[in-house]
Amino acid sequence: MAEYLSLFIRSVFIENMALSFFLGMCTLLAISKKIEAAIGLGIAVVAVLTITVPVNNLLYTYLLSEGALSWTGIESMKTVDLSFLGLLSYIGVIAAIVQILEMVLDRFMPALYNTLGVFLPLITVNCAILGASLFMVERDYHLGESVVYGIGAGVGWALAIVALAGIREKLKYSDMPHGLRGLGGAFMIVGLMSLGFMSFGGMNL
Amino acid sequence: MAEKTKDILFKPVVENNPIALQILGICSALAVTSQLSVSLVMCLALTTVTAFSNFFVSLVRNFIPGNIRIIVQMTIIASLVIVVDQVLKAVAYDVSKQLSVFVGLIITNCIVMGRAEAYAMKNPPVASFLDGVGNGLGYSVILIVLAVIRELFGSGSLLGIEILPVVSTGGWYVPNGLLLLPPSAFFLIGGFIWILRTFKTDQVEAPDFELAPNTRAEVV
Repeated sequence: MAEYLSLFIRSVFIENMALSFFLGMCTLLAISKKIEAAIGLGIAVVAVLTITVPVNNLLYTYLLSEGALSWTGIESMKTVDLSFLGLLSYIGVIAAIVQILEMVLDRFMPALYNTLGVFLPLITVNCAILGASLFMVERDYHLGESVVYGIGAGVGWALAIVALAGIREKLKYSDMPHGLRGLGGAFMIVGLMSLGFMSFGGMNL
Repeated sequence: MAEKTKDILFKPVVENNPIALQILGICSALAVTSQLSVSLVMCLALTTVTAFSNFFVSLVRNFIPGNIRIIVQMTIIASLVIVVDQVLKAVAYDVSKQLSVFVGLIITNCIVMGRAEAYAMKNPPVASFLDGVGNGLGYSVILIVLAVIRELFGSGSLLGIEILPVVSTGGWYVPNGLLLLPPSAFFLIGGFIWILRTFKTDQVEAPDFELAPNTRAEVV
C-alpha cells in the first residue's frame, strides 16, 4: 500500500506531467484562460488517463512485449516480439477510448458531457496521455502500479492547468508590456510554476 | 513555379514560424533543448516525419472519407514515427535513449497533425512535401537557437566541445545553472515571443480590460 501512495505522490508532484516533463503544453496554454474550462478539461484528462494507462499496460503485457504471446500455447509464438507496434497500438487505444467515453457520457451523464463537450476530442492529441502510456512501458509498471500512475499523472496535470488558469484570470487586470500580453506572459508564468515544482524534486519517497 | 516553391519552403521559417507564431509543437521544444546534439536529432526526426506524412496524406487525400480522416492521418503518422524510432535505435542508440519518450511523442506533435490537416488535405503531393520540409525547418530554427543558448551558457560548450572554459576546469566562465533546468526554456520562448511581437505589432493580443488612465504606472 505504502509504495502505491508514494508512487501517487511522486506522479502528482515530483514528476508532474505538465510542469516537469512539459507534456500537453499546447492544450495547457490554449485552454487556461478561464478556470471553469480548465477544471472541465482537467477532469476529462484524469478520466481518460485512468482508463488508458491500465488498458495499454494489459495490451503491452499480453500482446506486444517479447514472449507475451506465449499464453496462446503455440510454440512458435513464444519468441514473437511485437513491441515495435507499440506506438501505433497505444494511439489507437487512446483514440478509441476517448470515442467510447464520449458516447457513454452522452448517453448516461448528459450534464457532464455538456460541460466537457468540446474538450473530449481534443484529448486524443494531448501528448500527456500518450506520454503517460510510454512512461508506463519504459518504467515497467505492473497493472496495479499503472492504475495508480494513471490517476496520479492525470491529477498532476489537472492541478497544473487549474493553477495556471487561476493565475491568468488575475493577470488580465495587470498592466503587462504589450508584447508579453497573453501568450508570452503565460509562458513566463508556467516557467515560474515549473521552478516552484522543482522544489519537490529533492523529496525522497 | 520556382518563386512559388521558394515561398512554400521558406515562408514557415521566418514569416509564419510554427512555434513562435502558430504556437504548435511546443512540448518537445521545451524538453529536448538542453543539449545541441539531442536537439539536432530531434529536428531531423521531426522534419522527416512532417515531410513524409504530408506527402502520403496528400497522396490519399481524395480517397479518405471526411469523418475518418483523423484516424487515417494518425495511422500514417504513427507508422512513420515507428520507422524513425527504429532507425534511431539502430543508428544512434545513445541519443535515442536520451530522447526517451519524445520520439514517440512526435505522433501527437501538433505541427505534424496541423500541417496534414491544414495543407496536405488540400494540395498535391510535391507541394505538401515541401510544405512539410519548410515547417520542419521553421521548427528546427527555433529549437537550434534555444539549444545553442542553453548549452553554450548553461555548460559552456557546444556539441560537447568546450567553447567557454568553465571555472571548475580552471577557466573563467561561471556556467549559469538555471539554463540547464527545464523552466529556462519557458523564459527563453516567452522572451522570444516578446521580441517577435515588439517588431510585429499586429501579433499583440487585445487586452481583456482597458486600464483607467490614472491607474497606469507612470512611464518616465
